[in-house]
Amino acid sequence: MAKPIRFSFNGKSTTLEVEEERPFLWVLRTELGLTGTKSGCGEGFCGSCTVLVDGKPERSCQLPMSEVAGKKVVTIEGLATNGKLHPVQAAFVEHDALQCGFCTPGMILSAYGLLLENPKPTRQQILDHMEDNLCRCGAHVRIVKAIETAAAEMRKGVRS
Amino acid sequence: MTRFTDEILEHLGIDLPSEVSRRKFLKIFGGGIVVTVSANDLLALQEAPVRRRFGRALPDDFNAFLRVGEDGRVACFTGKIEMGQGVVTSLAQMLADELEVSLDSVDMVMGDTDLCPWDMGTFGSMTTRFFGPPLRAAAAEAREVLLELGAEKLDVPRDRLTVNNGVVSDTDDPEHKISYAEIARGQTIARRLDRKAVLESVENFTIVGRPVNRTDAVAKVTGDAKFSGDIRREGMLYASLLRPPAHGATLGEVDASGIEAVDGATMVVDGDLVAVLHATPDGAQRAIEKVEATWETPELDLDEDSIFEHLLKVAPAGETVERGGDLDAGMSVSDAEARHTYLDGYVAHAPIETHTAVAEFVGGRCTIWASTQTPFRLQTEAAEALGLPEDKVRVIPPFVGGGFGGKTANRQAIEAARLAKRTGQPVQIAWSRAEEFFLDTFRPAAVVKIDAGVGEGGRITYWDYTTYFAGSRGAEIFYDIPHHRTVAAPGGWRGGPGTHPFATGAWRAPGNNTNTFARESHIDILAAQAGIDPVEFRLRNLADKKMRRVLETTANHFRWLEAGAPSGRGQGMALGIDAGTYVGLAADVDVDRATGKVRVKRLVCAQDMGLAINPEGATIQMEGCLTMGLGYALTEEVRFSGGEILDTNFDTYEIPRFSWLPEIETVIIEAENDPPQGGGEPAIIVVGAAIANAIFDAVGVRIYRMPMTAERVLAALQRSSV
Repeated sequence: MAKPIRFSFNGKSTTLEVEEERPFLWVLRTELGLTGTKSGCGEGFCGSCTVLVDGKPERSCQLPMSEVAGKKVVTIEGLATNGKLHPVQAAFVEHDALQCGFCTPGMILSAYGLLLENPKPTRQQILDHMEDNLCRCGAHVRIVKAIETAAAEMRKGVRS
Repeated sequence: MTRFTDEILEHLGIDLPSEVSRRKFLKIFGGGIVVTVSANDLLALQEAPVRRRFGRALPDDFNAFLRVGEDGRVACFTGKIEMGQGVVTSLAQMLADELEVSLDSVDMVMGDTDLCPWDMGTFGSMTTRFFGPPLRAAAAEAREVLLELGAEKLDVPRDRLTVNNGVVSDTDDPEHKISYAEIARGQTIARRLDRKAVLESVENFTIVGRPVNRTDAVAKVTGDAKFSGDIRREGMLYASLLRPPAHGATLGEVDASGIEAVDGATMVVDGDLVAVLHATPDGAQRAIEKVEATWETPELDLDEDSIFEHLLKVAPAGETVERGGDLDAGMSVSDAEARHTYLDGYVAHAPIETHTAVAEFVGGRCTIWASTQTPFRLQTEAAEALGLPEDKVRVIPPFVGGGFGGKTANRQAIEAARLAKRTGQPVQIAWSRAEEFFLDTFRPAAVVKIDAGVGEGGRITYWDYTTYFAGSRGAEIFYDIPHHRTVAAPGGWRGGPGTHPFATGAWRAPGNNTNTFARESHIDILAAQAGIDPVEFRLRNLADKKMRRVLETTANHFRWLEAGAPSGRGQGMALGIDAGTYVGLAADVDVDRATGKVRVKRLVCAQDMGLAINPEGATIQMEGCLTMGLGYALTEEVRFSGGEILDTNFDTYEIPRFSWLPEIETVIIEAENDPPQGGGEPAIIVVGAAIANAIFDAVGVRIYRMPMTAERVLAALQRSSV
């Protein structure tokens, strides 16, 4: 049944009238018209559709609208502010931490979720956290470096 | 108007047959300075049969062009596409360098069949090596035109002019200057590149040969980059298709009454296509799951284990593709011989973006946005499927989310186009992951048999190599062996009907992964028989200077310490050639004797690829190859039962993950005076063999079948301890 669902979407209060069992990914890509979040496997195995819900990385293809209600959701479109890339995005550019770019939004949001929870992760913690985000092009080495750089940049940001 | 176009075309020596083509060219041309490009003879030779096959006659005298516009911006039009391999950056770099403009003033227009000249497709690591030199020459030609015009406008002799960042100035009076934009304004000059322009020498390159970040990176980290599934058209519907449970199954009854439960879902049948359409992708998916169908599935007693016996049975008699010396003479001087059979299973492309397309009809013309490596082939295929002339079909490839060879097949785009024609509305199809695993054109399973001997001084005495369905790419022997023969089944890796139970196709460096696994494993077996360290053994049998340098560089960077295998340390070496590039890889592995699980700890890869246009991009491709290669080496194998594909998602089909990540070191050997060679595939071919050799070095067991799963390694360990 369609009913109004209210949530904070990329910093703005949003109300959508959609069926509450629908996956957030598809509402996002159709009704909300934002296509940065990608669908890679449809079953939560690849991480391409990762968004942040209350600061935690979630697979949006497995996330019914009912679970979005009342939460704060951030997608790849909500990271840059006033045209300035978020430190995680900037680090991905700096390290060329992408090839085809299809898994990239999910990688960035997973990484951001990690850094919100653990501002100074070890390399092993990065590997463990990113384990279920799949990249077929093999950009892994650079993604790890980018996350390390982003972590350092974000810590600087907090101090200043 | 027409006269103007004719003049340009005549000047270019181009004979475009239709009015549409003429108008099209004029529209693109606009004003400014245009230089058309012919890729070199090698490419022309390769393309000719393909072109004939697809019935394309014209234009066949140029395959890219660049324009210096009246705004001073440089646009490059090429039929190639960007799928992560980075040519959107490396081609722009070459133009920017030759034209002496900044990289951000170059616009790449790629793969659009309305705007770009015909191209056979983006595969085979060919873009940079075949398009690189002629594009650079075209840019040099454009620079000459600009300088000549600049000389007129500034009233300064040409040889006194210099150009920097798109501004031509007088060396005697630097303030006396004019920009490319000002020069190009009001010009309609077209040149056809038919002579070798004087190219910038390598020392003068300011951009080429230097690391540069990807020009598409910002769009890709912000979510702005558009892939086919991101295309939105007014009134667009999403389609999900009914698929058979197994290849070869035929459809019986269909009961679609269940879709009534999904508000707004409609069923459309178009010949063999049974589709459900909905305004949302999840709606279409829910609805197709409610369609009931009966299927007649033929019995086929084949799976991933029995396939090899089947392949050997159906293989046509082999043809000798290469031979030298006398095998019997070689055998007679051998001290030891080794005869082994190597097996390699089916592998999926598994790009994270599944096959996706949007098709729309406007005014009798069909536009298709598709994740494709072959936009022009798709144009031809779609025209045929729709019963339209080719110029009524336009294909636009947005960014492609990984291809690896799998997106040279365009089935999803034809499906979308047929449904768009049928319904009169724009239609999007994005295959589910299960569809992607079912409809993929897998890398074929293959068998390689090698019989070889070693004699005095650790020299290989003979080499008799037979490949079944791995094709001949990588089957050539580059070791210095007096008596040798290579036999391959005619028809290459595809085989005839009844060979493979489902579709097969080109997978990153087609055939070469299998052939290199077999050859380099066998070389190590001979080395062990001769009691010689694997690197030393290779050096004794290599006359090719370039390959010796690759081997020595790899060994040095790895800090290879000589020891006969198995040394217990777990180090392995492999060499190979692909797409003109010579590559060496040393691997360091751990093998868990209790489980058989292999952990790759370190990979050191060196390659000689001639001039590296964008060393950063080439390094990324090497890293990508090595990381991706871990999958086919260790876990990736499509499991099936007859025509049914048992792997439907990444839970059972394991591709490399972050936890697998070894330490990776890459070396690009300096060879800047040699022409550029392929970069997108070479480094992947050596991964399987280097790991197999490292496993042997670690625990003394030889694995003859890929992937080298924990189960297979454990079984080999158990056999060896009996």
